[in-house]
Amino acid sequence: MSTASITPVFTELAVGQDIGSRSITVSRQDLVKYAGASGDFNPIHWNEAFATGVGLPGVIAHGMFTMGAAVQLVTDWAGDPAAVVDFQTRFTKPVLVTDTTGTEEPGAVIEVSGAIGALDADAGTARVDLTVVFNGQKVLMKAQAVVRLA
Amino acid sequence: MTINPDLQGRSYPAAEVYDVGREKIREFARAVKATHPAHFDLDAAKALGHRDLVAPPTFAIIIAQRADAQLIEDPESGIDFSRVVHADQRFIHHRPIFAGDRLVAELHVDGVRAMGGGAMITTRSEIFALTGEGAANGSPDPSREAVATATSSILVRGEGQ
Repeated sequence: MSTASITPVFTELAVGQDIGSRSITVSRQDLVKYAGASGDFNPIHWNEAFATGVGLPGVIAHGMFTMGAAVQLVTDWAGDPAAVVDFQTRFTKPVLVTDTTGTEEPGAVIEVSGAIGALDADAGTARVDLTVVFNGQKVLMKAQAVVRLA
Repeated sequence: MTINPDLQGRSYPAAEVYDVGREKIREFARAVKATHPAHFDLDAAKALGHRDLVAPPTFAIIIAQRADAQLIEDPESGIDFSRVVHADQRFIHHRPIFAGDRLVAELHVDGVRAMGGGAMITTRSEIFALTGEGAANGSPDPSREAVATATSSILVRGEGQ
């Protein structure tokens, strides 16, 4: 995980600039926690038999878990979670989380990296484009967070 | 069962009030592995100029999915929840969500498009904070402040999809 950095200054940013990267480990327990916190109890996110019964390869992470965890890279870079004024994504591939209960192994590892995709001087905003990968495949597409900078 | 095409343009008015609590912000923040102190520590939030703990950028999904449930559970909609796949999501924040906010959501069905035997349905939740006296007494027509617009598309898979 990247360490807290100095708050970015709009005039020092350039399109294409890297804002960092991190790995997010996910366990089945994390999905149960997210289900409880969000109120999304769809059993495809915690019940193997149900998930395979509807044709999935196994339990998959909530798309909203992945979206919510991925934006933390942006929040920490911006220095204030309130700076994220617009955040969107498409969900293109599921994140399959294997049952590693009782071991130290993660059930899945999601790799997140971000770069400046656009700058709007009039609005004082930077668009951060996130690349979110699981098992070598992008699981989010057009994952874009617009950050208002002081 | 097929998706009712007449859903397009339908709206569901703001229903129950969602009271944003500090512990819920902390719980949600931990659940998305957020570590920023403005989600957890009141002094840290105030040091950034905020009046209370700040919710993570996707917190509004709690309120938006409650609003969506009105549509999904509407027997007229024809939506089988077990066949629903989340296709895309967007949050536009008109202002941050803080602990202490009293939020309501108005749901609008912006699009219904047949896809194979299923359908892609786009909904928009306009999330408002109740302000002033209305916030305190739960008056049906209090003054409201725009907080967030949450747009979501769900794919309802048809048979064999």
